[in-house]
Amino acid sequence: MDFSWLSDPYYQESLWTGLINTLVLLVVSAVLGFTLAVGMAMARIKGPRPLAWLASGVSIVMRGTPLLVQLFFFYYGIGRLLEGIPGIRESMFWGILRDPFFYATLTFTLSVGAYSGEVLRGALLSVPPGEREAGRAFGMGPFQVFSRLWLPRAIQLCLPTLTGEMILLLKSVPLVSTIAMMDLLQVANIIRDENFLTYEPLLFIGAIYLVLTILLTLCLRQVELNFPGVRAQARSGGWLSRLRPAGSV
Amino acid sequence: MSQFAQEGLADWAAPILAGAVTTLQIAFAAYAIGLLLGLVGAASRLSPWAPLRALATSYSTAVRAVPELLLIILLYYGGSQALTALMNALGVAGKVEISGFVTAVGVLAFVQGAYMTEVFRGAILAIPKGQLEAADAYGFSPMARFRYITLPGMLPNALPGMSNLWLILIKDTALISVIGFSELFFTVQQAAASSRAYFLFYSVAGLLYLLMTLTSSAAFSRLERYVRRGEPDISAQEA
Repeated sequence: MDFSWLSDPYYQESLWTGLINTLVLLVVSAVLGFTLAVGMAMARIKGPRPLAWLASGVSIVMRGTPLLVQLFFFYYGIGRLLEGIPGIRESMFWGILRDPFFYATLTFTLSVGAYSGEVLRGALLSVPPGEREAGRAFGMGPFQVFSRLWLPRAIQLCLPTLTGEMILLLKSVPLVSTIAMMDLLQVANIIRDENFLTYEPLLFIGAIYLVLTILLTLCLRQVELNFPGVRAQARSGGWLSRLRPAGSV
Repeated sequence: MSQFAQEGLADWAAPILAGAVTTLQIAFAAYAIGLLLGLVGAASRLSPWAPLRALATSYSTAVRAVPELLLIILLYYGGSQALTALMNALGVAGKVEISGFVTAVGVLAFVQGAYMTEVFRGAILAIPKGQLEAADAYGFSPMARFRYITLPGMLPNALPGMSNLWLILIKDTALISVIGFSELFFTVQQAAASSRAYFLFYSVAGLLYLLMTLTSSAAFSRLERYVRRGEPDISAQEA
């Protein structure tokens, strides 16, 4: 086993860049994806018929095809089509439109939107209607009912599933190495090529991912425990009571 | 654009369909081995023998915490080296060569097994303890207990997880293209590159995968209705 490349400052810098790119992609697509998920779930529950159909269609396609195929479809398929539009190379958008980061974010956002939207839709539907009616009775407008009652209650119900989606997202990030984005795996592949190594850099990246997954799991568990209303639920023996020993709340 | 006749979908239909068949073969083989690994893993995780429990727990935890793509590349390149070293240590000289198909199946099954372990463990734990004790009280042999009590008892609980894993597996087979084995997506990539019709071929790939996953979902929901036969209908109770 040869790990001497780890002491090379050039590779250290590349690995940091790879790590930062990985995390930036994770956070950006998680935030955008979750926003899209709320929109897609609501479109399917309350939206006008065409919008609901569109949301279901996107959801079925994104959940039924491999993420790798989606990345290639957007980066090479759509990307090459855009290239063919006359004048686009001179336009101000070209810088974004040829950046793999843009396509990676787009694909991951749609993917998170589809998977989490499905989870959120189920959760929104299982919030007892009486709670929303109570909000109406207190004089809240429809938007207030949604933002203060319906959505927070739904998130509370599906929080463990949503945090699971974030872990899955983290583990999807290495796929972007196939569209030439500098993530951790791409850095590892470069180190392998330049040093004629087969697996040592991969093992190192694997260890980083192991640590990242564990850290993210711990962080998300804190989010779960500190989500409003969850402590009360844990006291009354809800799903979170398993997370902490009895009487420690 | 070249002056030569453009290659179209018709030229590539046969290789792409052959790729789709290979993909299904990989998926079926990996799923079957994954099911076995999962059963062994779940049995080990629930075993009274601590070292076995620790081994199974570290297998399922480590594999589930590392990205599939990374594992596939790692096992592909590291696996044959490790096997060669192992064989040399055992006194067999020479280099171990593994075919692409075997590697693909082996790697995917190894990953599936880890997830399947957790699905089966949860499903077995959900069987009421009294049923297993009743089997013991009636003097069932361990095999008979598994065949008549544990298996039918856990299947309804395990099936949603198993169906999810099958869908994930079909989608994960696309990752095999990264190590250059010519399954469906690798063939599609070649078709797209040589014809330059990227949009067309990647759409076709998406449609084929969609066809596989939608058919599988339908099949699994029929299967779930079958293993849940005789259970009270929850929606009817609420009405």
